[in-house]
Amino acid sequence: MIIVLLLVLPLLASLLLFTGKLGKHSRDFALIASLVEFAVALVAGYAFTFADNKILNLSLNLKQLLDIDIIIYIDSISLIMVMLTSLLIPIIIASNNNREVRNHNFYALILLMQMALIGVFTASEMILFYIFWELALMPVFLITAIWGGENRKKISVKFLIYTVVGSFAMLIAILYLYTLTTPHSFSFESFYQLKLPYAVQVPVFLAFFLAFAIKIPLFPFHSWQAETYNVSPVQGSMLLAGIMLKMGLYGIIRFILPICPDVVAGGSLIFLPLILFGVIYGAIIAIRQPKLKKMIAFVSLSHVGIIALGLLSNNHYGIEGAILQMFSHGVNVVGFFLCYQMIVIRTGTDIISDLGGIASAAPRFATIFLIIVLANVALPFTNSFVGEFLILLGLFQSNVYIGVIAGLTIILGAVYMLKMYQQVMYGPQTIATQKFADLTTGEILLFVPIIVCVFWVGISPSFVLQMLQTAVN
Amino acid sequence: MYAIITISIVALIVLFFGAIQKKAPLLPIIYVGLPLAFLLHLMEWNKNIHYYNNMYIADNFSIAFNGVLIFTTLLVFIFAPVYYKPVTRPLEDIYALILFALVGGLIMTGFGNLLMLFVGIETLSLSLYILAGSKKFDPNSNEAAMKYFLTGSFASGFLLFGIALLYGACGSMNLEEIKQYVILHQANMPGMLTIGLLLVAIGMAFKIGAAPFHFWAPDVYEGSPTLITTFMATVGKVAAIAAFFRLMQSSFGEVESIWKVTLTIFAIATILIGNLSAFYQDNVKRMFAYSGIAHAGYMLIAIIALKQEASGVLLLYSISYTIATITAFAVLILVREETGTFSIKAFDGLSKHNPTEAFAMTIAMLSLAGIPPLVGFAAKYNLFVSAIEQGNLPLVIVAIIGSMISVYYYIRPVIAMYANEPSATSAIDSSSNYKKQIILAAFLMIVLGLIPGVIVNLI
Repeated sequence: MIIVLLLVLPLLASLLLFTGKLGKHSRDFALIASLVEFAVALVAGYAFTFADNKILNLSLNLKQLLDIDIIIYIDSISLIMVMLTSLLIPIIIASNNNREVRNHNFYALILLMQMALIGVFTASEMILFYIFWELALMPVFLITAIWGGENRKKISVKFLIYTVVGSFAMLIAILYLYTLTTPHSFSFESFYQLKLPYAVQVPVFLAFFLAFAIKIPLFPFHSWQAETYNVSPVQGSMLLAGIMLKMGLYGIIRFILPICPDVVAGGSLIFLPLILFGVIYGAIIAIRQPKLKKMIAFVSLSHVGIIALGLLSNNHYGIEGAILQMFSHGVNVVGFFLCYQMIVIRTGTDIISDLGGIASAAPRFATIFLIIVLANVALPFTNSFVGEFLILLGLFQSNVYIGVIAGLTIILGAVYMLKMYQQVMYGPQTIATQKFADLTTGEILLFVPIIVCVFWVGISPSFVLQMLQTAVN
Repeated sequence: MYAIITISIVALIVLFFGAIQKKAPLLPIIYVGLPLAFLLHLMEWNKNIHYYNNMYIADNFSIAFNGVLIFTTLLVFIFAPVYYKPVTRPLEDIYALILFALVGGLIMTGFGNLLMLFVGIETLSLSLYILAGSKKFDPNSNEAAMKYFLTGSFASGFLLFGIALLYGACGSMNLEEIKQYVILHQANMPGMLTIGLLLVAIGMAFKIGAAPFHFWAPDVYEGSPTLITTFMATVGKVAAIAAFFRLMQSSFGEVESIWKVTLTIFAIATILIGNLSAFYQDNVKRMFAYSGIAHAGYMLIAIIALKQEASGVLLLYSISYTIATITAFAVLILVREETGTFSIKAFDGLSKHNPTEAFAMTIAMLSLAGIPPLVGFAAKYNLFVSAIEQGNLPLVIVAIIGSMISVYYYIRPVIAMYANEPSATSAIDSSSNYKKQIILAAFLMIVLGLIPGVIVNLI
């Protein structure tokens, strides 16, 4: 029952917002709706912890009416992703500063997206999953195309084409696997029971991997990412980087690992170096990036590459760390985008060399920004440390060379992050930063949940990891 | 049967009122007559009645498709007052011809004899030839009528020749008897029958606008008056595909081997040519002509994956295609009234002034592109699953690649509506009735997308 509520609540709120009847109260309504959703997610988490077999599921046999069976299933991996989504959406909604132009439709699209994302993370039927997967694409595409910056049309269409190509490859794989199931069924269970020969696993792996690699994005398929992040409104970038790219990683966990285990085990030397190259490549470009928002995009490219490495490392430490890191990365990158937005609102620019000396003008902001920067660098006691440590441990166990090179990214990460922080926050004040006002209480409130997550997961990750262990095994 | 009679009577009454120059009662008569005809038709549900020595069959298949045709025509008539606003004369000829064309469509979905198939196709086509040229002083419209007539009668010739050969081989034009003959001679098919079937298939492929017999479609669609294009693209296409499906299913289902390869080639060519050509169009009306071709290709998949359940899938696909196309054309008519052009630029910034229309258009385009959770996705998904269960994986892969291409050109008007600055300064007026219909159609696309099973399991 609670699962239905999780899905229906944002949908209803979104439909109500689309009508435009709420006028000026749209933002407040959207915020309240998303907070209620968060409360529901917490209740779901509570119910999950006390459920006998650590699983919440719901199965409606509506084949006659809907043509698909509704099978929804929450295990610990789904729960973490649902939590991440419902935690970040209120922050994203509250952070909208441009209330004139971004009207009720903007909030409606965000809530619609939330519904689709929760659907992706809980569906346990292929077609249902695919429906939510595609549905999640539309709102963020429209947000970019309508409220984006310069050149938004071209870039949003590029983004759309990339992701649609991936999705259709996945659809072909799904339909193909469906023909192999006996009796024909689209449920995840029946897909997991397929024991495919290696020759079949390879094309299936490639189709799924294309879809997920575009969504995440991984190295050769990333060229939509930096442009889209750059042109999208900050809320759109947060949705993309914070939650939506987790769909791809989640897909790897749900499909590639159980359906094509032999390819993951045997082919690691083919695709792991490719991903690893993307990780280093993203980090090096981030060092040289003059614009803050594009830098975040490349940092994100590098970080999610590491997560993908962990997932495909074929090692349970790597997988656990990656799942934890999916949560941490979502929180950190949204925090990073929030800091970016604070700077842009106050100075009107995001070119790093035009900024400087903010720390002396705004000490509170400097502290918060530092925490977020350090969390991104994976300093001990922050959330990323736990995840990245486990991923690297997993990588070392599966292949030492890859582990060593992946370890380099921690150093590169410190280079680009601290270099950026030093240029933006210290040094003499520039024209742009002269009148930099410190954060208001309302703005600090936005950061509170993020900082709590940074330290909470950083200091005591064990409860999450324990939860994950059974699911990963 | 009652539907055909009722609609013919309605058409005659319309002509009569036109003859005495009364304009007011025309549309109300049609608005009452069409639903009435459908209700009368619905009384035959589940009865499977065969009329006049199996000439016409009122089974659930034909009733369901006739429902689609009748309600689509009703929608066309609802959009008619806006389209013909500047015209003062009663227009009884156009209305009556549309109704006669509809009668042709109704005959095509329920034929039990190849002669009736031909009668139905000719009733539909002859009316459409005249309608295509109904903008008398517009050279494009004249060109469209002429092209449509010449190529169309050529195709009718193929069809008739094919029917004659089939008759020569089987000694009957009754679908049931042809089936008996085909089953008996399965092992050693006479060449006459194979050639006859091929010629009939070519004739039908022409009527549904499938490649390589699609060349008439873009010019005819572009040149005809937009309302007629709407009718042609929906009723004309759905009736022809239903007739084709009926022919293949009731007579030649047992001998897949002689037509499967040909139709598969048709379908693959149609999907690729339709989608790739639509990709380059700047004229939205022409783009719809090519997208209609592509959709004809998808519907051919339902025929290739022939099974009893495939009829429900085809019905769902027809409904999804019809609703979306008619909504899109309705918005196109409005936009064209205001800006005087069919170019994609005409859609610039529509969402600012006319959010309702822009929203409906977006839903229609996304549904045609097959984006979940709209009905277009449900239709494609069902189609692909039924095809893949029959082992047509390569065909489905081509179809999916085609859908992938289509996303690009369907999304272009959406981008223009939402992301571009408006070119027109004021809102385009449309009557509230018009608006309601558009919203209803958009709503249907969403609801049917959520519960497609209702349609698929209907027949």
